[in-house]
Amino acid sequence: MSQLYTTVIGLEVHVQLATKSKLFCRCSTQFGAEPNTQTCSVCLGLPGSLPVMNRTAFDLSLKTAVALNCVIPKFTKWDRKQYYYPDLPKAYQISQYDLPMSSAGWLEISDEKGSFEPKRVRITRAHLEEDAGKSIHDEAAGKADSEIDLNRTGTPLLEIVSEPDLSSSAEAKAYLQELKLLLTHIGVSDCNMQEGSLRVDANINLHIDTPEGKIATPIVEIKNMNSFRAVERALDYEAPRQFRVWQETGQKIGEAPKQTRGWDDSAGVTRGQRSKEESSDYRYFPDPDLVPVLVTDDQVAEARKSLGELPADLRNRFVQEYGLSAYDASVIVNQGQGVTNYFEQVARESGDAKSACKWVTQDILRLLKDGEQEINAIGVSAANLAGMISAVNDGKLPKPRAKEAFELMLSTGSTAQQAIQELGIEQVDESALVELCRELLDKNPRVVADVQSGKVQAIGALIGQAKKLNPNVDPGRFREICLELAMESSSSE
Amino acid sequence: MSSHSSLIESSATAQLELLMRGDLFSVELTQAYLDSIASRDANVGAFLRVEKDRALAQAASVDKRRQSNKPLGKLAGLPVAVKDVLCDQDTITTCASRMLENFRAPYDSTVVAKLKAADAILIGRTNMDEFAMGGSTENSAFQITRNPWDLERAPGGSSGGAAACVAADMAPLSIGTDTGGSIRQPAGLCGVVGLKPTYGRVSRFGLVAFASSLDQVGPLARTSQDAALLLETIAGHDLRDATSLDRPVPAYSQSVAEPLAGVRIGLVREHFAEGLDSEVASAVRDAVAVYESLGATVKEISLPHSKHAVATYYVIAPCEASSNLARYDGVHYGHRTDEAEMLEELAAERKALEAAKDEVGLSRLDSSLVRMYRKSRSEGFGAEVKRRIMLGTYALSAGYYDAYYLKALKVRRLIRQDFDEAFREVDLIAGPVTAQTAFKIGEMVDDPLSMYLVDLYTVSANLAGIPGISLPCGFDKSGLPIGLQLLAPPLEEERLLRGAHMYEQATDWHQRRPEI
Ligand SMILES: [Zn+2]
Repeated sequence: MSQLYTTVIGLEVHVQLATKSKLFCRCSTQFGAEPNTQTCSVCLGLPGSLPVMNRTAFDLSLKTAVALNCVIPKFTKWDRKQYYYPDLPKAYQISQYDLPMSSAGWLEISDEKGSFEPKRVRITRAHLEEDAGKSIHDEAAGKADSEIDLNRTGTPLLEIVSEPDLSSSAEAKAYLQELKLLLTHIGVSDCNMQEGSLRVDANINLHIDTPEGKIATPIVEIKNMNSFRAVERALDYEAPRQFRVWQETGQKIGEAPKQTRGWDDSAGVTRGQRSKEESSDYRYFPDPDLVPVLVTDDQVAEARKSLGELPADLRNRFVQEYGLSAYDASVIVNQGQGVTNYFEQVARESGDAKSACKWVTQDILRLLKDGEQEINAIGVSAANLAGMISAVNDGKLPKPRAKEAFELMLSTGSTAQQAIQELGIEQVDESALVELCRELLDKNPRVVADVQSGKVQAIGALIGQAKKLNPNVDPGRFREICLELAMESSSSE
Repeated sequence: MSSHSSLIESSATAQLELLMRGDLFSVELTQAYLDSIASRDANVGAFLRVEKDRALAQAASVDKRRQSNKPLGKLAGLPVAVKDVLCDQDTITTCASRMLENFRAPYDSTVVAKLKAADAILIGRTNMDEFAMGGSTENSAFQITRNPWDLERAPGGSSGGAAACVAADMAPLSIGTDTGGSIRQPAGLCGVVGLKPTYGRVSRFGLVAFASSLDQVGPLARTSQDAALLLETIAGHDLRDATSLDRPVPAYSQSVAEPLAGVRIGLVREHFAEGLDSEVASAVRDAVAVYESLGATVKEISLPHSKHAVATYYVIAPCEASSNLARYDGVHYGHRTDEAEMLEELAAERKALEAAKDEVGLSRLDSSLVRMYRKSRSEGFGAEVKRRIMLGTYALSAGYYDAYYLKALKVRRLIRQDFDEAFREVDLIAGPVTAQTAFKIGEMVDDPLSMYLVDLYTVSANLAGIPGISLPCGFDKSGLPIGLQLLAPPLEEERLLRGAHMYEQATDWHQRRPEI
């Protein structure tokens, strides 16, 4: 990107909280059930029904807000956001308007490859709200029938709004990855984008240096981005598009209304969406059916305590405690808690963090990427990998054959010990090795002569022969003994 | 027939005693009331639906269980009428609106569930102003209810059917709801006892909401003793209503007969201003004199912000109503416009606009969804409901919120503070329920503003969340009942009931009966 402009991006992320039941009723939040089977009078908004807050949902949002370094006010309330839509049965969504449950936090992002400087992205606010239902529009055959599934209605969502602190698609992606890592790490959400547990809208505009000074272009909100990759592509598309528009129209912020554009993933473009017919006046007001929530210092302290070690803490500790490079620590921690725990177990049990890191970042990660597998589904358990590293370090498994053992363990689920046996690897007795050396040296007087005249590398020819006779021969040790014997025979002459 | 009429004229408490002693069968009692309904309700119109078969079956079941000494609920065998705004599982709850004409709730409201658990006989559903909006029951989409004391006059509202059925001995007990006076005002105009509990005292779960922060369910009865019995049955904490209060329910019916010794009564200076009918004023002053004769001390107090109460109420209640009633859009349940007709209508409009090349008109033409909303709501709601939805929608709109809703909330706080101050000096506040006795049917239909002023003395209690009771304290020259209102601090229903009871012991207004 040239120096013509800087990109300014803020993200609004909706995260579905990992509760068993909905925010204001006891219906299940399980994904994928038959349409309209997970509803009740409350989430259907039937006359006379009343919402009652799900305390677990609030506790999870509190935990998240604390992890995002937010300020937690002592008093927060519920508001009704009112609009008509068939998938919103009460014709209002219970949300939080002017007194959200948290605000003014931050999340630190960095890139292990160094494509941008580490930075703190400010979080404007995070608030709880209920989800709407799902409209399914079937416009086939001219019959524009719509269907509505209210299973999702009332599911707890945490809306996390960032300040416009992101200045590239790479930063936006890093922010999303770090956010997802954090939220899955503390267990508040599965952040599954396919199932809609994590949804992203982006606000983007440009700051352009002109001879008349710095100007800002109108803000565009991008929707319909269904993966982090889509977010990255949409932003990469949108920034130069806005620059072209500015070159054509010269329109500055405030001179055009905020526009909403949808990302078309297959075409790779953003398209203007028809703005809502009536300007959106949601007529927010406090929900009289719910009481405000009072948050005590103790509850905040409890939430903080429940967080444990966060990803950023883990990265630091891996550098300090295991001597990993910052890069390796990031690579491991960014894989999520499964890989992180796996690495720690291997490192602890083998007592060799360097090797553990090497095996995890190379072999294990390759396996995860190849089959898109869960770490727990991999044939080599952490204990077995640790056992293998120990076997190498103890000389029970020759290093060059470790890979072979690993592959076997992977396919059979066996321990290092079993693999070593299976492969017929056994330590060659020292006297047998000396015997073998003698035998080969006797058969190859030229080699002996070469060695004696200083051509030490001549031994190499014998190593191959030795391996053929006994595959368990440790080439290093064989070489040492041969050299010793060859020199001995020279001095004894 | 004479034994019948003495039976249904006796108090619910007396009837319950007979039932418990085995001297009266519930079937007998229920049938007596069904007969009374059959002969009187054609004139009064208190009931929207009489649940004859179900009531008799319930009564038979109670009688059977009593005979075999099975445990029974505390109202076992007593008929109770329920305002048609509280859901009763699988039966219709209309809120006297076309919108919900065929709506069957798949659940019981907590109050109905408690009545069922108490083995009360649910005898029928009473008429009301549509969605409880109004003070005359004339806003019902289905029928007019007449005041049993003068069939040309309104029973008040919105719980007009609830008050009229008790006044005309068509039910010993009935359940009403009170958002701005909807229990106390019709009770006053019909000469019965009506109590609005402290906000949160009775669960709102299953009560179809009008204005959530003001709505309360309460009892109507002939006497404070009977009201105490019904209140203690329906009150209590409910986990399904986040605004319900987690406080123990006193045994009101046990304590009601204890007089309040040396009770300090406050008379509100602002209540005796212009607009108050002189006969009402003197009846109230006489009632206060009765209290003095019973050892009460009387003190004049001031509620300086009460003059803003009606204005405050008519911002807050419509704001909440506009939101609560938005769900009736014809999509999921309730009235939906004839879609084929609607689509035809739209197509015709489009054609006309196209013919006229009216681009602006075309761009403004409703989508079929929006037209479905518009037509369903415009057909389903009556005029008063629409008026309040529009008031509330306006007051919550961007740019008006602070000036109306937020300001109203502030005044509401001041009104509550006035009461807090007053109750430092007095135990009860006494005053009129309404400025006038019952008005003629149709008299105020075209004058919504004066209809709103009917709530003048009652709305403050809803805004402040405090309990209030209305009890008969006399009759005017035309023979129409006059109501006395007592107000108490939050959760002091017991004090209200004891105060009312001690007055009833000294007077006989509550024993008079209308001739129908
Ligand atoms: Zn539900």
